[in-house]
Amino acid sequence: MEFARREAPYLAPRVDVSSMMLQVLVALIPAALAHVWYFGPGFLFNLIVASIFCVGSEALMMKARGRNPQIALADYSALVTAALLAFALPSLTPWWVTATGALFAVIVAKHLYGGIGFNIFNPAMAGYVVILVAYPMEMNLWVAPRMGDIDYINLTVLQTIVYTLSGTLPDALSFDAISRATPLDAMQSGLRTMRTYTEIRTNPMMGDFGGRGWEWIGNFFAIGGFWLLVKKIIRWQIPMGVFAGLLLPAGLMFIVDQSTNASPGFYLFSGATILCAFFIATDPVSAATSPKGRFVYGVGIGLLIYLIRKWGSYADGVAFAVLIMNMATPAIDYITRPHIVGHKNAVHPR
Amino acid sequence: MSAPTYDLGKLHGGLRLQAHKQMSTAEPIRQVPVPAQLILPITQHAGDPAQPVVDIGEHVLKGQLIAKCEDALGAPVHASSSGKVIAIEPWPVSRRYGEDAPCIVIECDGEDTAIESDEDFAAYDTLSSEALLNRILQGGIVGLGGAVFPTAQKLMQANTCDIEFLILNGVECEPYISCDDVLMREHGRQVIGGAQILMHALSIDACYIAVESDKPIAIRNLAEVLGEVDDPRIVIKQVPTIYPSGGEDQLVQLVTNREVPSGGLPGDVACLVQNVGTAAAIHHWMVDHEPLISRITTVTGDGIATPMNVEARLGTTVENIVKFAGGYTENADQLIIGGPMTGKSVTSDRVPLVKATNCILVMSQTAPAKPEMPCIRCGDCAAVCPVQLLPQQLFWYTCADDEKKMRSHGLIDCIECGCCDLICPSHIPLTANFRTAKARIREQADEKARAERARHRFEARNDRLERSQQQRDEELARQKATARRAGPDAIAEILRRKQDKTDED
Repeated sequence: MEFARREAPYLAPRVDVSSMMLQVLVALIPAALAHVWYFGPGFLFNLIVASIFCVGSEALMMKARGRNPQIALADYSALVTAALLAFALPSLTPWWVTATGALFAVIVAKHLYGGIGFNIFNPAMAGYVVILVAYPMEMNLWVAPRMGDIDYINLTVLQTIVYTLSGTLPDALSFDAISRATPLDAMQSGLRTMRTYTEIRTNPMMGDFGGRGWEWIGNFFAIGGFWLLVKKIIRWQIPMGVFAGLLLPAGLMFIVDQSTNASPGFYLFSGATILCAFFIATDPVSAATSPKGRFVYGVGIGLLIYLIRKWGSYADGVAFAVLIMNMATPAIDYITRPHIVGHKNAVHPR
Repeated sequence: MSAPTYDLGKLHGGLRLQAHKQMSTAEPIRQVPVPAQLILPITQHAGDPAQPVVDIGEHVLKGQLIAKCEDALGAPVHASSSGKVIAIEPWPVSRRYGEDAPCIVIECDGEDTAIESDEDFAAYDTLSSEALLNRILQGGIVGLGGAVFPTAQKLMQANTCDIEFLILNGVECEPYISCDDVLMREHGRQVIGGAQILMHALSIDACYIAVESDKPIAIRNLAEVLGEVDDPRIVIKQVPTIYPSGGEDQLVQLVTNREVPSGGLPGDVACLVQNVGTAAAIHHWMVDHEPLISRITTVTGDGIATPMNVEARLGTTVENIVKFAGGYTENADQLIIGGPMTGKSVTSDRVPLVKATNCILVMSQTAPAKPEMPCIRCGDCAAVCPVQLLPQQLFWYTCADDEKKMRSHGLIDCIECGCCDLICPSHIPLTANFRTAKARIREQADEKARAERARHRFEARNDRLERSQQQRDEELARQKATARRAGPDAIAEILRRKQDKTDED
């Protein structure tokens, strides 16, 4: 009898990229619901716009590069990019702003570098930074989170759609009436105008640790993140590295001087820290890849987030921290290669 | 009765694989009848081919030497049954893809008459280490775990090192294979006896028998035999069921917590590893005086009607063995000699059972292979790599054919276990990739060496020509000088002599 000839090993692979990406998307659902609860339905429209442009441009780029678009679409990575971008945006964002970010992320940051696996920079963060620089005003308009006890004006679903499509608010409303400085903004400008940390924290918006709404969304990111850790979609080195890199200097500075420094808890729960630690920095393609290297990479991101928040001109700094560390990835990987078994006390050096 | 003890070292990574071993261990080992024809390759070991010492038409007896090797770098081949040598010709074998290898074909007479040896078989413990090694060589014994390295040679190498431990490998970590398991269940005494002979050959007093935790019956049986034999030098060690704990260097690491140096041998860390089957074969040869002419092999997989373990004569074709095991099922699709992780895919079942054949695995068509996607550097491969390589980086460098980086990232240290392939979410055939890259590097190195040799030859030739030209010049100058010193008469004399010589010619 004759048989087919194959290459060892003959057992089928156990996992695939599509299911990994799908699980990342699933892990984002709790935080997405929390986001909608605190900041209104705008997030969903941003997500839809970002998805349309990410997936659409991915298909077009694959065609333009002479490849089968289905291969790229099947891995859901464009949707993950869209989701991460949507989480970075204020809930009220005009569609063209979102579209610009999505197009830059997929076309420039991803496909011009060779598509998935070859991109040096985290596409979502590259896209976000472009719109952060190109549309500074739009990117600063965060509505007040739902707080119950203080003034909170909720745009209806229809009003949110109208804003997303046209960039105009209902006649009776002005931006000043609905937008609030984010806790990070308030903290940064407060500390710089010589107010003390305790003083700034008296604002009810500051919540328990990192600001009303924000800290809860952070918790839900953490739930999704832990689930990804359990499922081994991501590994502990990067998230723990980010936390260590951010919280150690923040903690030290807070111990040294509690009036001019925000607490580590504030740094952890405000802005995009937890989102970054579990979902953004863990993008495997643009992150360092050796186990030790990933920790170093995470620490670098955490440290840069701290430096930018403390002394930089941006309130958060997650995107810049990630992009800067993306650049350091090849060097980190080279330096942190693990010890290969058999090379410890090599009798036969190569 | 000594209780199994637990491992000391730890293996990095590895995979827990579905074992599929029960399907072949339900029944005891069955004997495959001697077939009508035996096909015995002259190379069933790692090393130089053995030289046939029989002629076509010659009648041979079971256990008779039919191909010998000059030194310990090979292993002799014995006739697995009695009959007539009808051909010495190329035949498909499982060791090399698509290539036939010279085989001695014996038409069996069905008598199965054993050769009567006139040698006197001294008990192994009266022999010197050297004499014992020579005996082991004569028995055609090779490593039966699959590497078929000549055992005598391995022992000889080990004796040049300071060996502390003999480790018998009964781990059998690849899925489906269970021939060592059943051997330890049914022939524990031979395994233990083999261990004692090996310890004598190495002049050491410590032996670990390493068995994976998923073989409780084998462990129990070995412990029972050990209790009867009462040899405190032998200790059974249970190692965790994780692939590839049975790799030679991996096992040394597990059992002794020592790392075999890159490019080195277990001997470098004072260990010698032998498969349990090899130990049993040595015992069978030294005590029952039968050379290696049969082996236990697992016939299994969902392409086999009744999976089982069989003992068959070397040279029996896979076709015959499968027929004995009830034949193929209708969805039999691929034939693998060895396990599903590192075995060899074979296109024809005409290949004979050889010393290396620990498993005949027939699998059905699985789901169509998923398309290969770009590497996303998730690092899952690095997490499972037992030698702690970064396959994701190595893959990158093999694609770029960057030899320096491939070497510095340990391509040569890759043991080709296949763990990374199974875990890769992008379905990249990493192991095949690394195998090809290794071959390429070897080829380039060979080519370089060849070029270097050619250059040396060329330069040596030039030197030689130059030297002889120089010598001729010097000689001429010397003659001229002599002639000048001697004056015109002498020159005339020389010219005359030369003329005479020409005339004579």
